[in-house]
Order: sequence, then C-alpha cells, then structure tokens
Amino acid sequence: MEIETFYEVMKRQGITRRSFLKFCSLTAASLGLAPSFAPKIAHAMETKPRTPVIWLHGLECTCCSESFIRSAHPLTKDVVLSMLSLDYDDTLMAAAGHQAEEIIADIRKKYKGNFILAVEGNPPLNEDGMYCIHGGRPFVEVLKETAADAKAIISWGSCASWGCVQAAKPNPTQATPVHKVITDKPIIKVPGCPPIAEVMTAVVTYVLTFDRIPELDRQGRPKMFYGQRIHDKCYRRPHFDAGQFVEEWDDEAARKGFCLYKMGCKGPTTYNACSTVRWNNGVSFPIQSGHGCIGCSEDGFWDKGGFYNRVTDIKQFGIEANADKIGGTVAAVAGAAVVAHAAVSALSRARSSQNDQSKGGK
Amino acid sequence: MSVEPQVIDETAAGNTVFVYEGPVRLWHWLNALSIFVLAITGYLIANPLPSVAGEASENFLMGYIRFTHFTAAYVFAIAFLVRIYWALVGNHHAKQLFLLPITDMEWWGGMVQELLWYMFLVKQPRKYVGHNPLAHLCMFFGITVGGIFMIATGFALYGEGAQEGSWAHTVFTSWVIPLFGQSQDVHTWHHMFAWAIVWFIIVHVYAALREDIMSRQTMVSAIVSGSRTFRD
Ligand code: HEM
Ligand code: SF4
Repeated sequence: MEIETFYEVMKRQGITRRSFLKFCSLTAASLGLAPSFAPKIAHAMETKPRTPVIWLHGLECTCCSESFIRSAHPLTKDVVLSMLSLDYDDTLMAAAGHQAEEIIADIRKKYKGNFILAVEGNPPLNEDGMYCIHGGRPFVEVLKETAADAKAIISWGSCASWGCVQAAKPNPTQATPVHKVITDKPIIKVPGCPPIAEVMTAVVTYVLTFDRIPELDRQGRPKMFYGQRIHDKCYRRPHFDAGQFVEEWDDEAARKGFCLYKMGCKGPTTYNACSTVRWNNGVSFPIQSGHGCIGCSEDGFWDKGGFYNRVTDIKQFGIEANADKIGGTVAAVAGAAVVAHAAVSALSRARSSQNDQSKGGK
Repeated sequence: MSVEPQVIDETAAGNTVFVYEGPVRLWHWLNALSIFVLAITGYLIANPLPSVAGEASENFLMGYIRFTHFTAAYVFAIAFLVRIYWALVGNHHAKQLFLLPITDMEWWGGMVQELLWYMFLVKQPRKYVGHNPLAHLCMFFGITVGGIFMIATGFALYGEGAQEGSWAHTVFTSWVIPLFGQSQDVHTWHHMFAWAIVWFIIVHVYAALREDIMSRQTMVSAIVSGSRTFRD
C-alpha cells in the first residue's frame, strides 16, 4: 500500500472533478459550515494523505452498519469508496479469514498512530472476554491492540457508547462500553440504536477532512448533532405547549397527531438529531410515525422502565414504582402519622391537665 | 460565631424575645408560597391535565403551567440567595438554617430530649429561642439541602430547554446532567426530592402547630410578628 491523497483515491475510483467539488460543498453544507469552506475541504482532500479507517465489530446487532450504508448526504458510496477508505470492515469488505486479519496488521504498522478506529458494538469482559470472539481471539484483546496504534476512536451507536441492551441488568456477559476499556485515546461517541446515517457519515467526513475531532459535549458526543433534544425541534411541540396529548393509542388525539408525552415519549430527555435530520433520506422519524421516542441514544435507556411511562419507574427499593407512587404513599403515611400523633398528643394533654387540676394545678 | 441554641434566662416565663428579623419572615412566607406553586405545577408537568380542545395555536395550557413553574422557581432561587446573604448579615437566628452544630454534645442531647418529647416520654420540652435541635436538623435537610438540590436539578433541566449559551446551561446543565448520567435521571431525582419536600412540609406544619399549642413557647405568631413569647 502506497500513501495516496483522498483526491487521488477518488480519481482512481472514477469520480470526476465536478462530482468531487459537488461532494465538497455538500459536505460543507451537511456539517453546517459556510460555503467558503467547500474549497478548503477540496484543498485538504487534494493534499492530505488519506486516513485509513478500521471498523471493528464487537457485541452488536449490525444496525449501525445497516444505518450507515443508507446515508443519503453524503452518499455512502462516496464515503466508503473514496473518503473513508474503509480498509477493514468485516461486514462490508470482500476479504475474509487470514487475508482480512492481515489488513489490520498491515495498517497498524504502516499508519501507526495515524488511522481512525471505528468500533461498532462493545467488548464483553466476563469469562476473559469469551462471549465475543474475533478471528479466534476475544474481541477485547483485538480492540485493545488495535486501539493502541490508532489516532482516535469512533464509538458507533449506543453499544459502543453506553453498553446498550446487551449491558442490560444483570449484564451476564459484562458488556462494557468502549471508553471504559480504552482510556488513553480520544473517543467520539455517536450514540443511537442505530445512529442516524447522515450523522455517522458526517462525523467521519469531519474527522477525515479537518484532521481533528469535532467539538464534543461533556459526554463525548459531537455537539453539532447531539446539542439539542428531540423535544426542542419536534414538530408536535405546539401540541405539547398547548396541552394537547395522545391519551391512548388510536384515540382521536392520536389520529390528529397530538403530542406523545403522556404515552411516555422520551423526546424531552433525549439528545439526538432525529427531529431535524430524520431518517431514511429525511422521510420520517419515530414520532412522525406516531410512536413516542424511546430515547435510544441516551445512556441506560434500556434499564429505565417502560417506554410508555412518562414518570420513570424506580427499582432501587426492590419494588417497581414511580416517584409519584412512592412519594404519594409516604406522604399519606406521614399524614396518617401526624393525625395519630395529634390524637395521642391531645389525649396526653387532657390527661396531664386533669392531673394538674387534681393536684391543685396552676 | 456560634450557632448553638441559647438556653438562657431570655426564656423566662412571660418573657418575649425578638427572634426572626423582617427579611427572615418575609423570606419564610415567600418561600412557602413559591414551594406551594412549584409543587402543584411540577406535579402537573409530570402528569398533565386532560387535553384541551381546539387549535394548538389557540391554546398554551402546558406552556402557562411550565411558565408558572419557572417563574416560581426564579422567585424561590433568588429568595434563597437573598436568604443566604441575610444569614451573613442578620442576627444569630438567621444563621441557624445553614449550619448544624454537629460537634456540640449539648445540641445532640437536646435532640434526644426532643425525640423523647415527641415519643411522649418526657412531660416538658426544653425551651429554645431559635429552633430546637430536631427542628433545626429537619429544616437543614428539608430546606437548605432540599432547596439547593431542587435549584441545581431544576435549573439543569431548565438550561436544557434554554440551551447552550444560556446562563442556566453554563452554570448548571453542563455539569449536573453528566453527574447524574443523563436527563431522565435528573427528572426522576427532581421529582423524588419534590416529594421529599412535601413530606417535610407535612411534618413541619404539624410540628409548628403542635408546638404552638403544647410547648412552652409561641411558634406561629413568632414567624408572623418575629417575637417569641415564653409561657412558663
Ligand atoms: C421546591 C421546589 C420545586 C418543586 C417541588 C418542583 C417540582 C417539580 C416536579 C414534580 C417536576 C416534574 C418532574 C418530572 O419530569 O417528572 C418538575 C419539573 C421541572 N422543574 Fe421543578 N420543582 C421545584 C423547583 C424547581 C426549580 C428551582 C427549577 C428551576 C428552574 C425547576 C425547574 C423545573 C423544570 C425545568 C422541570 C421540567 C419541566 C419539563 O420537563 O417540561 N424546578 N418540578
Ligand atoms: S411528541 Fe415527544 S418530543 Fe414531540 S413534543 Fe411531544 S413529548 Fe416532545
């Protein structure tokens, strides 16, 4: 493998100068940058050696890959074939077996400290990592080894970012998010189950063109896509503010497209771009299809009680009840205790004043 | 300055002592009012009223409820800050709310006495110019800790809507949300502490009324007029 620039790779793929420039301006637009950035992106891609990406799969369901290949802006074919120069992705590549594993070794050597490691899924740590085997070895070993030579890591989806359903209590395989295993590399979390395709490709594009990771929030997510909640940009928000809610599936309010808050919509607590970017080339997103947001890009969403409850269940006390049930019960008990205490107080007061009187009192 | 309750001859029978300065009393009632409004609107935020009819553009019910919650929240928070200021410049009793004399054995002894008094095991409670130790402890956790907790979590949630760049986001959201893990957890904790404050109020109101009737000093009139009278 000789080191080529992005543009050279693209040319080799038969992409014309015209489509290349179009691609650059589209990329600038999808990243929310000014048009003046398009030539900068073009320049970067003409001069910079391409950065290879290794895409590893741990304990996961491949929904991230499924989402990724449906990206419309930019098209995955552009990203995969030219930009991303995805050198290794066991789901997408043609090579298999030893040939495939050689690619990883090769890139690690040749691009030491200079390639991006994208991780889909997470390593289970229980039983020395035996619950997820990659090329005959525990995935956690492959992950650690590859990460050691990588420049930065992209944690795809809620699995790599938070643990996701395989980490649900009691988490028998001890599935563990990537940032808890790899602590010495910059990590970009792109949570979601799966993440939005355009968000995935845009993050990759950003990292490769600007040669730096996008601005992240405290939880390590790119601010440009995870800076707002679903609720902040939801088209049903006017119904929320008006106080118009779906009360039951298939009621009149559901047909009218009222707010799904009472049906347990997690839009108010979920940071993601679904209500702006939407899915499948901008066709729809869960709320638009009449179902509340389940908060799939939030940490722990799988262990927070029903998807259809507005007030979250609390399981810490061994019983399943929400704050209103616990709070209301304790308040009722406290009220009853107050009444009983008042009664006893009145009695003892009456008795003691009687005693006082019989003793001649004061 | 020490904050131990004073058990001196100020509490002699028939004596009236000035305890609660104007700002403390004003704060008490403003605080009570804002908590009342916050608890009701907060409950309605979590469990909204039945849907209203008509165009969305003609209605703003949830918006008004949330607006009321946030307005009361600002009143609550600003009053709390002013109250902290008054603890610095005010009299001895104005400081009590914020400090627990946990190293003072006599204070703990007083606590035991109060507990025995509530368990009907002693005939007469001790007399205090300010809060008795048990009340002092409950108020510290109910109002000081509870208040700070509600302000921190409340403004963290508020800053989510006000978004990055708003003061609430910078001061609270940016660290409170990561501290709890994520937003839904902060909602749950905010909600649970709201109930804890309700529990506190039930006990607080009962204890104040009961002490007013049964103890050897006035309670209710003290937080209205500022002066406490000792009966025996
Ligand atoms: C004693 C004080 C307070 C009480 C009793 C109270 C009560 C509540 C309750 C019960 C909820 C519903 C929680 C849920 O989503 O399940 C709530 C929500 C909320 N509260 Fe408070 N609260 C208090 C103080 C504050 C303060 C100081 C603020 C600061 C701005 C605040 C801001 C909020 C916000 C932003 C929400 C979420 C609203 C939404 O999701 O639309 N609260 N409050
Ligand atoms: S449907 Fe969900 S996200 Fe949309 S306004 Fe209602 S609660 Fe918010």
